[in-house]
Amino acid sequence: MPYVPHSDADRAAMMKAVGIQKMDDLFQDVPAHLRYPKMDLPEPLSEMELMAELTAMSERNADLKHFMCFLGAGAYCHYIPSVVDQIVSRSEFYTAYTPYQAEISQGTLQGIFEYQSMICALTGMDVANASHYDGATAVAEAVVMAHNVSRKKRRKVVVSPFLHPEYRATTRTYTQGLELTIVGDESVRNDLPALLSMVDEDTMCLIVQTPNFLGELEDLRGVADRVHSKGALLVVVADPISLGLFQPPGEHGADIVVGEGQPLGNAINFGGPSLGFFATRENLVHKMAGRLVGQTVDAEGRRGFVLTLSAREQHIRREKATSNICSNEALNALTAAVYMAALGKCGLRRVAELCYHKSHYAAHRIGRIPGFQVMTQKSFFKEFVVKCPVPVSDLNDGLLEWGIIGGYDLGRDYPEFTNHMLVCATETCTREEIEYFAEALQEVAG
Amino acid sequence: MKVEQGLLYMESHEWARLEGDEAVVGISDFAQEELNDVVYVELPEVGDVLAHGEVFGTVESVKAASDVYLPLSGEIIAVNTDLEDSPQLVNESPYGNGWFVRIRVANPSEAKDLLSADGYAKFLAEEAEKGGH
Amino acid sequence: MTEPLIFEIGGPGRCAASLPDPDVPLAELPRDYLRDGLPLPEVGELDLVRHYVRLSQLNHAVDTGFYPLGSCTMKYNPKMNEAAARLPGFAHTHPYQDACTVQGNLRLIYELQEFLKDITGFAAVSLQPAAGAHGEFAGVLMIRAYHQARGDNKRTVMLIPDSAHGTNPASTAMCGYTVTEIRSDSRGNVDLEDLKAHCNDDVAGIMLTNPNTLGLFDEHVLEVCEAVHGCGGLVYGDGANLNAIIGIVKPLELGFDVMHFNLHKTFSTPHGGGGPGSGPVGASAALADFLPGPIAGMSEDSDCESGACCDDEGPCYSLHLPPKSVGRLKAFYGNFGVLVRAYAYIRNLGSKGLRKAAEHAVLNANYLRVKLQDVYPLPYRRVCMHEFVLSGKLPDAPAVHTLDIAKRLMDFGYHPPTIYFPLIVPEALMIEPTETESKETLDAFAQAMIQIAEEARANPDLLHSAPHITPLRRLDDVKAAREPRLRWRP
Repeated sequence: MPYVPHSDADRAAMMKAVGIQKMDDLFQDVPAHLRYPKMDLPEPLSEMELMAELTAMSERNADLKHFMCFLGAGAYCHYIPSVVDQIVSRSEFYTAYTPYQAEISQGTLQGIFEYQSMICALTGMDVANASHYDGATAVAEAVVMAHNVSRKKRRKVVVSPFLHPEYRATTRTYTQGLELTIVGDESVRNDLPALLSMVDEDTMCLIVQTPNFLGELEDLRGVADRVHSKGALLVVVADPISLGLFQPPGEHGADIVVGEGQPLGNAINFGGPSLGFFATRENLVHKMAGRLVGQTVDAEGRRGFVLTLSAREQHIRREKATSNICSNEALNALTAAVYMAALGKCGLRRVAELCYHKSHYAAHRIGRIPGFQVMTQKSFFKEFVVKCPVPVSDLNDGLLEWGIIGGYDLGRDYPEFTNHMLVCATETCTREEIEYFAEALQEVAG
Repeated sequence: MKVEQGLLYMESHEWARLEGDEAVVGISDFAQEELNDVVYVELPEVGDVLAHGEVFGTVESVKAASDVYLPLSGEIIAVNTDLEDSPQLVNESPYGNGWFVRIRVANPSEAKDLLSADGYAKFLAEEAEKGGH
Repeated sequence: MTEPLIFEIGGPGRCAASLPDPDVPLAELPRDYLRDGLPLPEVGELDLVRHYVRLSQLNHAVDTGFYPLGSCTMKYNPKMNEAAARLPGFAHTHPYQDACTVQGNLRLIYELQEFLKDITGFAAVSLQPAAGAHGEFAGVLMIRAYHQARGDNKRTVMLIPDSAHGTNPASTAMCGYTVTEIRSDSRGNVDLEDLKAHCNDDVAGIMLTNPNTLGLFDEHVLEVCEAVHGCGGLVYGDGANLNAIIGIVKPLELGFDVMHFNLHKTFSTPHGGGGPGSGPVGASAALADFLPGPIAGMSEDSDCESGACCDDEGPCYSLHLPPKSVGRLKAFYGNFGVLVRAYAYIRNLGSKGLRKAAEHAVLNANYLRVKLQDVYPLPYRRVCMHEFVLSGKLPDAPAVHTLDIAKRLMDFGYHPPTIYFPLIVPEALMIEPTETESKETLDAFAQAMIQIAEEARANPDLLHSAPHITPLRRLDDVKAAREPRLRWRP
């Protein structure tokens, strides 16, 4: 049923008012020989039948409520307090539109203003926008912004090989029409010092991820100064949960901080919808894309919020806009805000600490399995690299029988890391599960 | 709506005031009225060298953004930094404190291609009659 | 009525989440990396809940009232779709899980691709773009890749009608192309003469919205597509207005080569206060290989790569990148949670239901049009599609602007229509009721509009000072832009 409320009488009265005899009269501008084509969609199902079918379809999946999860690599299982989904399930939030008419959208506007504020607090930056689609597109937009900050004069981007592979691919897709060169990720040996030596007067930005794709913390001390000395910008890609524990990139002189906000209260949802958070310095705000909520007053002097600095955006700048973004991930941003508010100052730090300790315990236990070697030398958060005695895909097949979703096969992206598994352990992994995982790995490896 | 005497104008509503081998540049009263409340002005950097007719900045209001075109080729030797905190100067004093940039004029002969104050006023009247802008 | 900011509520030490203690030995924290303080809110759960519930009550939403925003298709968001998307088997799956462990998801993606192909006529579909603008960007990239593959690097111009949405030229510029604007004619169609005058071998293509942003089906759409094809260009379709034509005509058959769709408009997924949306892109056979990806494929025999875990009931679903793909547009595969909702909607309505929805969307719009066309100026007096554009320039109320009319509508409990767009109609008011609204809602809305027109003549100040009974009165957006305060500071 198409949720069309019209009775026959309604339809008749309306058609009479419009002056038509039949519905077809409304479509006279559509070429007659093409009108009313055949569609071959499945027969409609009632809600009851449809929910049964969808439930069955969903149960063909191995989901993370029924399987243990040691897989991260850019999408993470964190515990979502019940209060979060309850709040964002309120239809006043999710059936509202973009808050262009501020007087009747203060719920959305204030919610997003609070989100922006929390992202600034987390990242140590001055201003954050209302979201991009995900971490990958946020990186791409950061590059476009850096290009514009250089007034389109600089053509080179230096990027760490341990920025998430799909973020690098997305950035290349985004910039294919702009004649830029992206270097740095040709070799896994390009560590921070090597990357810094590539930054020159033609470089618009250096992009570094921390924790990086391998889970290692990158040492940002002194990096911003080196990058700035060449007139370039420092873009840091950060895991938001890690920022509950570690120094924010803003304190290290980052110019743009972006990342994937899914870990903040959003279910994994097979990779989307996600949440690209984006924060920058005050003096760069006019070059930042995306919607922005700002504070103001109403006709009676009361505090209120509006979308602002809109002249940056596509509906006003059109071909001169720095981005075409219109719809964003507003509800996911609100979800992240509710999560950050629910956990708060104390809670987010505790979640981060739990992730840290659980992942270190997992590394310790796995390191003791004969044939397995933990490769991570530097400080790490949530994820670490394990060299395995057999191919990772074989291990993961075997682990399924044990009710476990195993880690990421790094050989997919880095030929140097064939048979290396990226293992993730968050606050949701119990000690028993970690030990069970270690036991399973040992058994499956044979 | 004022057309200030002694200035040279472009049909795109920028003005230039010649001062020896320098010129001060801004937008006309008509332009600021059309834009409504100016909220932000993007200006070039001192040292930039631009040609006559090139875009040298942007003026933003809440609902619109307009490029501004340089009336005369030259090097930017000063920008009006007051506009950063007080963009409303463009509305309040478009020919005075709301100036945009000062340039060293590269090619003084270009001035003859610009409109005089009367010429600009006449242009505005013609446009108004056409009903368009 | 104002609600305090979350930072202004609560107090030190409060937390709304309950977490377990560590059950593992504590590893040594890296001292050099630790942060000093984390200025997030500190609230208990009750304060948190009250804050957000009160905030929600400040919003107008589809679930609270009529929302006739032109081009946004604010139709009812079925609750069944919400339940479907939250099924744990869908919501709690990881994108990098082995394909055999997510056959349910891959089947859904594949079937939704197939449904959209059937509805629109396109040969292939990618569900990866996360929003309409994202899909547009993909489409322009695909056109560019197509020409480059033919060895034609000369084509760098995109033709865009003057009625186009701002995302069209913005997407064009992102690909390094330039825009040439094409005029609309007096009936609201693309001006064929102007179009033909600009068709040459510099043209990569045209970006066409049909029905257009005036709510009109282009009377010469076949000729427009032919003219562009004739000079070697391709036709990109902005599918924002698809709600008017599902089951009425297939865009591919009109001559479109590539088009994006908005699941959050046409296919009932909720707008979320600005997102998330989903902007799948469909391609003709000639462009299919260039689609962004990965996209889902199906093989009849249950022979997946790691055959061990697939059950014996074929078929088998997997992901692949189209052979000449423009690349990936984001991480993973698309806004899957949104895809589930659209899938459920299509399975619930079926072909007949979708056609019925389109017909009633168009009937509702025309019904409102005839009720209002002699009250407000209607620049294009033609049968409209799912939306129509009035002007707020009432002849005997020169001091009243569309903005005032919009703000006054709020006092009647309505969200205003889209205002000041498209740009080619001065003081535009774009009204799209959608098919899910009843006749009595439309009658009441028309009555309010008529009353406001009378007020505009008799008492314009009432409009200038509107809205009066909303949670906040008219907000100062000049102040917001001149003195940006974009975050809370302690």
